Amino acid sequence: MINRVSVTDGRVTKEIQACAVFGVMDRSGRRFDGKMIIEAMKNMRVRGNGLGGGFAVYGIYPEYKDYYALHVMFQDDDPDLKQEVDEFLYRNFDVVHDEEIPTNEEANVVDPPLFWRYFVMPQKKGEDKKLSDDDYVVKKVMYINTCIDNAYVFSSGKNMGVFKGVGFPEEIADFFMLESEYKGYIWTAHSRFPTNTPGWWGGAHPFCILDWTVVHNGEISSYGTNRRYLEMYGYYCTLYTDTEVIAYAVDLLMRKQGLPIEVVAKIFAPPMWDQIDRMDEKKRKFYTTLRMVYAPLLINGPFTVIIAHHGEMIGLTDRIRLRPITAGEKGDMLFVSSEEAAIRAVCPDLDRVWTPHGGEPVIGRLNDVKRVEKVVE
Amino acid sequence: MKMKSHLLPEFMIERDEERCDNCKVCVKQCPFGVHYYDEETGKVYSKEELCVGCQRCVVYCPRNALKVIPYPGHYRPNDYWHEEYIRDIKKQAETGGIILTSCGSARRAKVYWDHILLNASQVTNPSIDPLREPMELRTFLGRKPDRLEIELDENGDVEIKTELSPNLMIETPILFAGMSYGAISYNAFKSLAMAAKRFGTLFNTGEGGMPKDMREEFKDCAIVQCASGRFGVDPEYFNYSAAIEIKIGQGAKPGIGGHLPGEKVTATISSTRMIPEGTDAISPAPHHDIYSIEDLSMLIYALKEVTNYEKPVCVKIAAVHNVAAIASGMVRAGADIIAIDGFRGGTGATPKIMREHVGIPVELALAAVDQRLREEGIRNKCSIIVGGGIRCAADVVKAIALGADAVYIGTAALIALGCTMCQRCHTGKCAWGICTQDPELSKRLNPKVGAERAYNLLRAWSLEIKDVLGGMGINAIESLRGNRDHLRGIGLEEWELKVLGIKGAGE
Amino acid sequence: MVVRLRDPFMDWVRRIDEIINAVNFEGNTAKIDATGLTHKELNDLIRLCVEKGADKIILKNVCGQRYIGTRLYFPGKRVEIEIYGTPGNDLGMFMNGHRIVVHGNAQDGVGNTMNEGEIVVEGRAGDVVAMSMRGGRIFIRDDVGYRTAIHMKEYREKVPVLVIGGSSQDFLGEYMAGGVVLLLGLNSKKHRANYIGTGMHGGVIYIRGKVEPYQFGKEVGIVEMEEEDYRRVEGLVEDYLKFFRGKGVDEKLEVDEVMGEKFTKLVPVSKRPYGRIYTY
Repeated sequence: MINRVSVTDGRVTKEIQACAVFGVMDRSGRRFDGKMIIEAMKNMRVRGNGLGGGFAVYGIYPEYKDYYALHVMFQDDDPDLKQEVDEFLYRNFDVVHDEEIPTNEEANVVDPPLFWRYFVMPQKKGEDKKLSDDDYVVKKVMYINTCIDNAYVFSSGKNMGVFKGVGFPEEIADFFMLESEYKGYIWTAHSRFPTNTPGWWGGAHPFCILDWTVVHNGEISSYGTNRRYLEMYGYYCTLYTDTEVIAYAVDLLMRKQGLPIEVVAKIFAPPMWDQIDRMDEKKRKFYTTLRMVYAPLLINGPFTVIIAHHGEMIGLTDRIRLRPITAGEKGDMLFVSSEEAAIRAVCPDLDRVWTPHGGEPVIGRLNDVKRVEKVVE
Repeated sequence: MKMKSHLLPEFMIERDEERCDNCKVCVKQCPFGVHYYDEETGKVYSKEELCVGCQRCVVYCPRNALKVIPYPGHYRPNDYWHEEYIRDIKKQAETGGIILTSCGSARRAKVYWDHILLNASQVTNPSIDPLREPMELRTFLGRKPDRLEIELDENGDVEIKTELSPNLMIETPILFAGMSYGAISYNAFKSLAMAAKRFGTLFNTGEGGMPKDMREEFKDCAIVQCASGRFGVDPEYFNYSAAIEIKIGQGAKPGIGGHLPGEKVTATISSTRMIPEGTDAISPAPHHDIYSIEDLSMLIYALKEVTNYEKPVCVKIAAVHNVAAIASGMVRAGADIIAIDGFRGGTGATPKIMREHVGIPVELALAAVDQRLREEGIRNKCSIIVGGGIRCAADVVKAIALGADAVYIGTAALIALGCTMCQRCHTGKCAWGICTQDPELSKRLNPKVGAERAYNLLRAWSLEIKDVLGGMGINAIESLRGNRDHLRGIGLEEWELKVLGIKGAGE
Repeated sequence: MVVRLRDPFMDWVRRIDEIINAVNFEGNTAKIDATGLTHKELNDLIRLCVEKGADKIILKNVCGQRYIGTRLYFPGKRVEIEIYGTPGNDLGMFMNGHRIVVHGNAQDGVGNTMNEGEIVVEGRAGDVVAMSMRGGRIFIRDDVGYRTAIHMKEYREKVPVLVIGGSSQDFLGEYMAGGVVLLLGLNSKKHRANYIGTGMHGGVIYIRGKVEPYQFGKEVGIVEMEEEDYRRVEGLVEDYLKFFRGKGVDEKLEVDEVMGEKFTKLVPVSKRPYGRIYTY
């Protein structure tokens, strides 16, 4: 059990930022390269300040698709540090393959840390045998992030990966060679304008736990409340950025508790009481109960988030829509963006363009997955 | 043995002779017999040694001719032997008894509320406009499940499968604290009930039971108390309520029971409490069936049985040294709500030594309890209500940010009704008609007017809370609960910041 | 740790002589190809064209460039700008008297604190359209987002006008102090906006189509439409159809058909809606 007092004595600093987000999904499952999303992010360059950019991509490791792909960042040049992490991983996992994540030396980034990826399978012993594979991976990832200084696991899902750092998104894409090296069927990206921890590679978005990634535009004013609730369930916020709580909340609600995204969207961005009071009996009871039970997970403050995991990409805004979001569709392609122009830059001709109400999710699903059409509303 | 009193007066009365026209209103208004009319001279005089400083005569004098000021005479200044210590010893020398007093602790001690500062959102996060955009204060008190199990049917309708514990819904995170009918007058008691009902929050009956004629009308907004004296406790009492509160202790006198002096036990009190008229109603120190934590568990479930598991059970304790461990035990014993009363909590009568020296500030207790319950993973199993000297809406906001679900206001509510904190409630001679059973004095408080005042207080504070929330960029109170990032400390030492779980200003 | 300062607004801006070939002058009309231009570069060129005497400027391949029309403070001068593509945020912000036509969708902040002039958008617009607008007219063919016409103002004859062909989202007319907003709802969806006119203390909102009282803020009240209101609305509908018929709006749509639906007129109920909240 991690010693909580040392990890968070309740007084963790939180990063604040404002930025741009973009997501694109091919709902037929076709994998495509990073050119489109890099162009889109370039179009929204003025929303960031070049001190943070990142991408999440799904479907990039087909030859290792059944293994958890851990992306690890080593802040320090210390060889002992890598050794400590390697030993931990070899002790707790079956490491099928590991290598440095290929990077472009010429890219315009400053002081990059060392990036390594490990393809692993859990190797459970003793008490841990009771845990599911996913819970086991979460536990070990939390351990590294809280107890081993200067090493961070920033991506831990199967057949997907997060690439992020300090620089404009196109510079990070260049550094990790995203355009040439990878193909995926969901790409999300983020451009950051950080104020608190401007030089830290770990602070960029997306935030990831297992295959859940979140990119976020805005600031969570309920961060303290959300974080302390999640701590009760074993999720420790160590990356000094408020977005972390959304990634963990989504893992808790969708993976562990099995709630569908339509309900989770209403937990994060519920309707106002005066609207609930006007609903019919059944709906009123449902929303009142939802708000009562999950009050500490109401995400307050302006936000537009794009949450992704295998099979789904979801765009969601706060309930009084303080941040912009535009969705676009052409055939199987679904786009979610902070600005419409970014979508037009890569797909000038769209079948449909729309902006949802605050708290109403835009959901992209793979075509062959049965969907629940009208859950709530 | 009758001896000469050595005590100096505490107050002095200045009567402006030009303004005073001897109308005798002050004579009529003062219950302590301070003012008297001399037939021969046709003038009103004052006996300042009887004055308690309640300011009633000043407010009611039609010519504003009176000024009641602290007695200007002093003993030689002494930073160690304060006036009060000297006076108390002299009083005890004259009587040989425990000094009784009322209201909340008046001692000088660090007020943590005043050392905590609130945040506002700027630039990186917008503040939200409370005047024009929705701002929600609705709060639910009670036990919450860890998760909701839902089932979706083919039509897309949602069914909730999880069984839910009963919860109380209040429209603002402020409730009226337990002040018994007996400690306060019927009219004051009714004023608070009416204001709570109108605003959409709850009041607490205190340990004096609920008068039969009020039960039907106010049952849905009453928290009924089951205290060690079990006064007025019958099954109907429990079922005509919104929730039940087991009173283990209170901030003003942790460790001992309630005290209602015989002067205040009138016929109606006697009937409500089911004790003889004129006797002192001194509640036992403990509940005699709760000597350990498992006994508390037994009482909690007994109450749930008698109300068919339809009402949440609250347990009220005073804030003392190991309050975090006690709270954890209470939650595990089945309490749905925990009420913590800090040492500034008020009372109708208490030994002064208890009031001034026992108990800890509620700010620290709250922070410790909230943190401990989270560490044990059981914070959602109960709601926390804090009380004990909540003076303004800022204190409410700070309490919620530290982790409370709601606050109890007692003293503040009475001040709204007219109280001026003269600390003489235990004499039963409240000039404002609040802490008295004397029918003539009680008449001075019209329940309709009192209810209006109390309602206004709730309204004003709720508007202020909304303003502050908006400033922080939050539009629903649940996002402030336990959100200590929005607090900063000033003038606090490292250990205090740590207990409160907040950073220092500038950090 | 030293962290370099990068300025995404200024760092990649090229000099005018480097980008001048994007401009093509024909008489008094200038054509600019905005492909690859940052917004400062584009606005540099637009200003240059106006200084050189253009009174019509056609922009092609616009994609996200901001503040178009802002840097043209030439009192007395009136130019017409036609935009093909998607202009960026704050289109016509602080604009002082020109006319902009967008052949496509616009983004957030259209006409933000605009002083005079006209903006016509053949498509939809985003959030805070006509925010703090002080004068001039804006016509949006389709839907708009949140907080439309927030804190719009007027003074005597200087009355701004906003006409929306589709529907709006929440907080329409929030804290409005003056001006005219006309919401036509032509795509016949039921109006979903909530908190309409919250904090309103001046101006008027006309809504065509079905809308419920619970959708209004506390500070507005419904009053009867008078002759004068119908005349004013009809005039605006005529202009709307003139701008958009055949360009996304049905060729055959007539003024009478539009005017045939029920109109609701909203005005503030008090000039001092917050009088009872403060204690002095």
